[in-house]
Amino acid sequence: MVEKKMIHSLFLINCSGDIFLEKHWKSVVSQSVCDYFFEAQEKAADVENVPPVISTPHHYLISIYRDKLFFVSVIQTEVPPLFVIEFLHRVADTFQDYFGECSEAAIKDNVVIVYELLEEMLDNGFPLATESNILKELIKPPTILRSVVNSITGSSNVGDTLPTGQLSNIPWRRAGVKYTNNEAYFDVIEEIDAIIDKSGSTVFAEIQGVIDACIKLSGMPDLSLSFMNPRLLDDVSFHPCIRFKRWESERVLSFIPPDGNFRLISYRVSSQNLVAIPVYVKHSISFKENSSCGRFDITIGPKQNMGKTIEGITVTVHMPKVVLNMSLTPAQGSYTFDPVTKVLTWDVGKITPQKLPSLKGLVNLQSGAPKPEENPSLNIQFKIQQLAISGLKVNRLDMYGEKYKPFKGVKYVTKAGKFQVRT
Amino acid sequence: MSSNSFVYNEQSGGGEAAELGQEATATISPAGAFGLFSSDLKKNEDLKQMLESSKDSAKLDAMKRIVGMIAKGKNASELFPAVVKNVASKNIEIKKLVYVYLVRYAEEQQDLALLSISTFQRALKDPNQLIRASALRVLSSIRVPIIVPIMMLAIKEASADLSPYVRKNAAHAIQKLYSLDPEQKEMLIEVIEKLLRDKSTLVAGSVVMAFEEVCPDRIDLIHKNYRKLCNLLVDVEEWGQVVIIHMLTRYARTQFVSPWKEDGGLEDNEKSFYESDDEQKEKTDRRKKPYAMDPDHRLLIRNTKPLLQSRNAAVVMAVAQLYWHISPKSETGIISKSLVRLLRSNREVQYIVLQNIATMSIQRKGIFEPYLKSFYVRSTDPTMIKTLKLEILTNLANEANISTLLREFQTYVKSQDKQFAAATIQTIGRCAANISEVADTCLNGLVCLLSNRDEIVVAESVVVIKKLLQMQPAQHGEIIKHMGKLLDSITVPVARASILWLIGENCERVPKIAPDVLRKMAKSFTSEDDLVKLQILNLGAKLYLTNSKQTKLLTQYVLNLGKYDQNYDIRDRTRFIRQLIVPNEKSGALSKYAKKIFLAQKPAPLLESPFKDREHFQLGTLSHTLNIKASGYLELSNWPEVAPDPSVRNVEVIELAKEWTPAGKAKKENPSKKFYSESEEEEDSSDSGSDSESESGSESGDDGASSEDTSEDSEDSSNEQESENGSVAEDKAATKRNPETKGESDSEDGEKKNKKSQTSDSSNVESSSIEESSSESESQSENESESRKVTKEKEKKLKQDRISLTKDVSLLDLDDCHSAAHG
Repeated sequence: MVEKKMIHSLFLINCSGDIFLEKHWKSVVSQSVCDYFFEAQEKAADVENVPPVISTPHHYLISIYRDKLFFVSVIQTEVPPLFVIEFLHRVADTFQDYFGECSEAAIKDNVVIVYELLEEMLDNGFPLATESNILKELIKPPTILRSVVNSITGSSNVGDTLPTGQLSNIPWRRAGVKYTNNEAYFDVIEEIDAIIDKSGSTVFAEIQGVIDACIKLSGMPDLSLSFMNPRLLDDVSFHPCIRFKRWESERVLSFIPPDGNFRLISYRVSSQNLVAIPVYVKHSISFKENSSCGRFDITIGPKQNMGKTIEGITVTVHMPKVVLNMSLTPAQGSYTFDPVTKVLTWDVGKITPQKLPSLKGLVNLQSGAPKPEENPSLNIQFKIQQLAISGLKVNRLDMYGEKYKPFKGVKYVTKAGKFQVRT
Repeated sequence: MSSNSFVYNEQSGGGEAAELGQEATATISPAGAFGLFSSDLKKNEDLKQMLESSKDSAKLDAMKRIVGMIAKGKNASELFPAVVKNVASKNIEIKKLVYVYLVRYAEEQQDLALLSISTFQRALKDPNQLIRASALRVLSSIRVPIIVPIMMLAIKEASADLSPYVRKNAAHAIQKLYSLDPEQKEMLIEVIEKLLRDKSTLVAGSVVMAFEEVCPDRIDLIHKNYRKLCNLLVDVEEWGQVVIIHMLTRYARTQFVSPWKEDGGLEDNEKSFYESDDEQKEKTDRRKKPYAMDPDHRLLIRNTKPLLQSRNAAVVMAVAQLYWHISPKSETGIISKSLVRLLRSNREVQYIVLQNIATMSIQRKGIFEPYLKSFYVRSTDPTMIKTLKLEILTNLANEANISTLLREFQTYVKSQDKQFAAATIQTIGRCAANISEVADTCLNGLVCLLSNRDEIVVAESVVVIKKLLQMQPAQHGEIIKHMGKLLDSITVPVARASILWLIGENCERVPKIAPDVLRKMAKSFTSEDDLVKLQILNLGAKLYLTNSKQTKLLTQYVLNLGKYDQNYDIRDRTRFIRQLIVPNEKSGALSKYAKKIFLAQKPAPLLESPFKDREHFQLGTLSHTLNIKASGYLELSNWPEVAPDPSVRNVEVIELAKEWTPAGKAKKENPSKKFYSESEEEEDSSDSGSDSESESGSESGDDGASSEDTSEDSEDSSNEQESENGSVAEDKAATKRNPETKGESDSEDGEKKNKKSQTSDSSNVESSSIEESSSESESQSENESESRKVTKEKEKKLKQDRISLTKDVSLLDLDDCHSAAHG
């Protein structure tokens, strides 16, 4: 009889190929099943290209790559692959949430908590409790203080509070939350995804946004957040706490928030609206035929920045393989070139319109090799504080259900997402 | 430590040996493990001592170290007796870790594991729901056949537990028991049947999962729960949603007739529909057609739509595949926007979603065309993502967008990622083949690429040009000549072979070059790749047949070389060709036809999407991703010709009277809608609300029904349509309410309880539903644990008030009747 179940086992593997943790939800699957994974990994050009779904003679392996770790799950029967992928990412998110980082060291240091978490998150291969708030009720995250206390008193992470047996009324919110300062902060973060072609015209641009919330409110607050211009939001995905119908009928986000940090919504701004591109890049990169050098010259300037300062600019360029080294002079900021990975990183800082930042100099090529076919693309990062480039504005936040007056705050920031300039 | 790692190596080695035969159960025999551990006694001895210690802290320390061993895959089985003693520990954390250990090793130490059973049996009766649940979880995870009856009993009891959380765990336990002892199937199906009736959103996903694993063919169990599942869906946790949606997709394909007959190719409809999916239009549309969608079919499609906005990619994909497989073609369009949104996610999600879009875009270009640019490739994308995007772009290419696309492809061809550049060239070939307007442009572009510096690019271009020329050979002598010259420089075997084949096929069009090429090739024959050698032989044969004067000797020379080649394929081919073309007394009747055989018109290759053959798999499945049928894959059945009896889904006879006396389509659809949009909000009250409706309907006959229809209409619109007056007014009212209620109870929650106790009070007085009301008062919080309860309360409260005002009596009656049906 075929043993059916969703996720059979999980292996955590680090970059050097050591399996440093395994967890089985039913009978034990030998580590050697990972050999198929290693095989696929060897075939792939780099970690990014390891196929997420691999078929082996007796199992299927579905894996994710996160924070330099592979999470490899063993599956025996048909299952929607996204189901497993989403779950694995949720596991990694939970580690991140509990330990501050999702790294081999953190996982090894907290192996008992990791095991307890995995035990709660999956029962018989099927997700059981994946909401961080519920998990934290069941298993307390480690803190320095607690670990000191624990080591002295021999008490533990699993709270004595557990036997109350009260599960919260709402899956995503703990019961009995209490704060002395009640605060609700919202960060509207918009990212511009763009492809700019050689001549500086926009091939593709769109704005993707999220609203991240940090809510520290006592009791069971019921919030509603409204926008000045909700029609801007073209495609929205919600945290499960949001009442879908309220949004459909009134374009108001109405919800009982989880406690702490969470992503309230993600959205895309409708593509009809033209996207303002805040920076432009002047570039001239050339490699001479039959010569072992080339020229590199880029300048960045502000374009449509709505009167705000553009800061945190970084330019990353994957230079062609034949490039041996680069000797450049930045007019501003500093640059590094890694001759192994061929990655040029220019940390620009902020733009002052009086003197535009530029980076120029010579490129040394491997002698004898043919000149590169194509100029490399420039990947640009930047940040603009206090601006949502789409023009989205929060109108007001109301709270019902609790008597106290919370402190409320909204912050806007625009960043470059996948912002690429072809040269 | 060193000895420990030795053991670990041993173990994994042993596992490997067993691997091929039985990966799944590659457990190490306990005896062997003991043997290995004997050298390690000291180490584990101190763990044992710690476990025997009277101090909890020592025990906990020991257990933590043991769990650490398990996590690393080390064998800790010999500690079983020492560990199992602590199963009854008062310290919760010790207990939990002991559970972890037990689940891991009980199978290997069955006799000892039995010692722990009574502890779990006791815990199953604990007043704390979490303890009951975890006891059930561990008990059902201990894979010891002898306790099957105990497990069965525990599952049965837990399935009637007051706590939905415990019932959820019972649903999980069903699957575990089933895989331990399939004999129990019948009894387990009974439990599944019972849990399927459960109204808690917490249970729904888990029990459907159990259904899918134990008895996916018992579709009859779903009928009565179909509408309820549709309505609960929005409030079920995300993982449950995925499972339920997949199950309901299969269900719909067996129970409803195809909605595709009429509007097969009406892609134009999409846009307008998508903008305004108001019922009105739909109805008029439908009236024209003989096909009428079953209201239950519509219910499923409508109730899954909001989930396209889930943050969980698996849920979005599940809804997308549901729309793809069961909605009318004109409505499928709405999924594209959500799927495109998922492309912002991590690479694994992108990979799966792009694969599915690739399959969809073959059949329905239209729905993804508006998002063409979202599939543009970035140099930072991983290669596997790049090639998938390229695949989709190719599928979406048409006369209108091809020039933009070709410009985009030009950038890709120059990419430093050569694998991707090669894939782009293939793509250009496919565009040329599919869109005749640009065939020449593409061909010219490809010819330009022949002078590219990169060999992979040139080789790929040659191969693609070969395919294109085969489609329209007549007018391209120049290109063929150009390619003939390339033979001097290019080294990639496939490309060389392609050029030779092309020249052979067209040897009469390039009469001067062909023999010269053969001459050169004869010189280098011995050093060529096998692939190229075969084509040299072919070229020789073709020339011999068309131009034997010039090439007779050359061909014979090549044939002699082939005769003594190391590769038997080549020797074979040589023999075959010689017999066929060189006339001698032994040559049979065939040689007369040699020319026809070699220079026959060969059909041009079809340049198709590699995703073409995945269509038959249900989208979003593992099988679709791998393009092989994964074990346990459930085939999606074809639509039935005639719909099976729809009345099987009716839950109560009373409704039947009402719902199936349609006085036109509008009425037929609306009642069911109202019915459910109510029950979506709140189990108890909705039931009473909706029941009251049907009750009064049956009481007051047609008049009642029609008057209700109007009220339903207004409510519908407020629910379904944007910015309808009704809902705004309602909301204002709700906001106004707030200060009032604040006085009595601080929270929304309180407000709710208030309301609840009202209903339960009244039902206590009016009805004899002892069970219902007692469960309500006992586990009020649990009852409320469903996700959006509180959320919708505000909106719904007024409505319910309205209902309870007008239909106070019937509401209470029905509460009664509903609980009776359940008792």
